Amino acid sequence: MDGDIRRNAYDDGTQDAETGEQRIRNFNINFGPQHPAAHGVLRLVLELDGEIVERCDPHIGLLHRGTEKLMESRTYLQNLPYFDRLDYVAPMNQEHAWCLAIERLTGTVVPRRGQLIRVLFCEIGRVLNHLLNVTTQAMDVGALTPPLWGFEEREKLMVFYERACGARLHAAYFRPGGVHQDLTPELINDIETWANEFPRVIDDLHGLLTENRIFKQRNVDIGVVSEQDILNWGYSGVMVRGSGFAWDLRRSQPYECYDEFEFKIPVGKNGDCYDRYLCRMAEMTESVSIIKQAITKLRAEPGEVMARGKLSPPKRAEMKRSMEALIHHFKLYTEGFHVPAGEVYAAVEAPKGEFGVFLVADGSNKPYRVKIRAPGFMHLQSIDYIAKGHQLADVSAIIGTMDIVFGEVDR
Amino acid sequence: MSEKLNDLAAHLTARHGDKITASIAFGELTLWVALDQACALIADLKDDPACRLNMLVDITAVDHPDHPERFEIVYMFLSMYTNSRLRVKTRVGEEEMVPSINEVHPSANWLEREIFDMFGVIFSGHPDLRRILTDYGFRGHPLRKDFPTTGFTEVRYDEVQKRVVYEPVKLTQEYRQFDFMSPWEGAQYILPGDEKKAG
Repeated sequence: MDGDIRRNAYDDGTQDAETGEQRIRNFNINFGPQHPAAHGVLRLVLELDGEIVERCDPHIGLLHRGTEKLMESRTYLQNLPYFDRLDYVAPMNQEHAWCLAIERLTGTVVPRRGQLIRVLFCEIGRVLNHLLNVTTQAMDVGALTPPLWGFEEREKLMVFYERACGARLHAAYFRPGGVHQDLTPELINDIETWANEFPRVIDDLHGLLTENRIFKQRNVDIGVVSEQDILNWGYSGVMVRGSGFAWDLRRSQPYECYDEFEFKIPVGKNGDCYDRYLCRMAEMTESVSIIKQAITKLRAEPGEVMARGKLSPPKRAEMKRSMEALIHHFKLYTEGFHVPAGEVYAAVEAPKGEFGVFLVADGSNKPYRVKIRAPGFMHLQSIDYIAKGHQLADVSAIIGTMDIVFGEVDR
Repeated sequence: MSEKLNDLAAHLTARHGDKITASIAFGELTLWVALDQACALIADLKDDPACRLNMLVDITAVDHPDHPERFEIVYMFLSMYTNSRLRVKTRVGEEEMVPSINEVHPSANWLEREIFDMFGVIFSGHPDLRRILTDYGFRGHPLRKDFPTTGFTEVRYDEVQKRVVYEPVKLTQEYRQFDFMSPWEGAQYILPGDEKKAG
C-alpha cells in the first residue's frame, strides 16, 4: 500500500522494493513545553514512526520551585501554603495531608466539627478537580463546550472557598488541629443549594460527552491499564479504579471521619481512557452525596473547629484579657510550634490519587525533611510505557486522563 | 491495626532473621536493613505471598551530614491486597552506590533519578540516571543540607544579547535564616559581648 512504511519480507527471500522517498527515518518531535494539551509545562520528546509513537521521553521540572528545600527552612505553619501551590486544582486536599502528618506526630485530635468541615471541603476539591480534568480532557480530544460549562461550576465552588477562607485558590484553610474558621450558616445553606442543583450539570456533561461518537472514538481502548501495570508503576486513584479495583484510601485506610459516610466507589471495567472518564463522572455524583451528608451533620453538631492547644492560636477575646494568651499568640506566629521528633507518612485520597507526605521531624519548629509523594509524578513516568504504539493524537488524550498537573509533578 | 502490624513484623522477622531490625512507631512499621541486603529484601517482599508488598509507593532520602554514612534511603511499600504499608530504610555513605531496584519495580526509575538529582546518590544498574527536576546543566545537589537555599546561579533574559543568561546569585538583602533557639538553652552561637566567656 502507498502509505505503508513497513518493509515486508516474503517467503522466497525477496523484500519490498523501496524508493528513496520511502526510506524514512523515525521522526523526533518536541511536544511542549508550551502546548495547551500538555496541561502545564511538559516537554515530551516523541519519536514517531509515521503517526505511531515509538518512544516518549518526558522532560519535567520546568515548574520546579524547590518546595521541599524551602520547607526545611520554614516553620510548620509557614509551610502550609506551599501545599496549595502543588496541585492548584484542588488545593485543600493537599493541605489535608500536611495537617494529618503533623497531627499524627503531635497526637492532636481534631474536633468533630473541624473534621466534618474538612470532609466537606475535600469533596468540594474533588469536584473541582474532576470538573477541570474531565472537561479539559474533552477539549484535548476536540470538544470545546464542556470546559466552558465545567468552569462555570468551578467558579461557584471557588466562591465557596473564598467565603470560607478568603481566597479562591490558595486557601490555607486547613490548619494543624482543625480548620481556620467556622463556616457561617448561610454558606452551608448555599453549598446545599449548589449540591441540589449540581447533578443537573453532571447530566448535561453526560449528554455532551458520554455517548458522543467522536469522544468515544478518541477514548475507548486508548491507554489500557492492567492489574500488573498498576503494581509496576505505582498507580493510585482513578488510574486504579478505572481498571476495576475498588481501591480508595477513604475506604481502605480511613482518615478523619470518612468511615461514617456512605459512598460508593465507582470502578471501571476495561481500564481505558473512557472508563476513567466514567469513573470521574460517577465520583462527582458520590462527592455531592458526601457533601450533602456532611451538611446534615454540620447542622446537627455545632462546636469547636480547632483543637485548642499549642498548635492553634488562642481566641481573640481571650487575648484581650490574658497575658499568657497574648504571649502564646506571639510565639505561635513567630517561632511556631515544635513537633516532637519522629517520622510519619500521611496519605490522603486526593482527587488525582494517593497524595502523601513523608515528614521527618527533629523536635524543632521546622521539619528536618519533607518528601511529597505526588500521584501525578508516578503516573507521568509511565507515559512511555502507556503511549508506546499509540498514535500521536492519543498522547494528549492519555496525558489528560492521567490527570497531570505540573504543580505537583515538579514540586 | 496495631495487631496486624505486629503480625507483619513478626512474620518478616521470622522470615529474614537477623538481616533486618523491625520497629513500629506512630502506627507504621519500619525495617532497617544493610545496604547490600536491601535489593534482595525488596525483591522478596514483592514475591512473599504472605505480605504481598508489591507496590512501590515512594523512595526518598534524608541527608544527615554529621553521620559517617550520610544518606538514609527510605523505600515505602504498599500492599493493596493485604492493605498494609511498610517502610524499608538503609544507610549509604557519600562515596557508595545504591543498587537500583528498577528491575523489581519499574516505578523506581524516576524516583531514583530524583534522588540522584537532589542528593547526588548514585544508583548502580539504573538504565537512565539523568537529572530530572533541575535545569539542564545544573550543578550541585539541592536537597543536601550544605546546599544554600538561594542556590548559586540565577537566570534572566538579557535584552542586549537577546537570550537567557545565567549569572551568579546577587541578593540585595542577605537571605535571612531565623534562629529561634532560646539563647539560654542550646544556642550554638556566641552573642556579641560574650566572646571572652567562650574563649
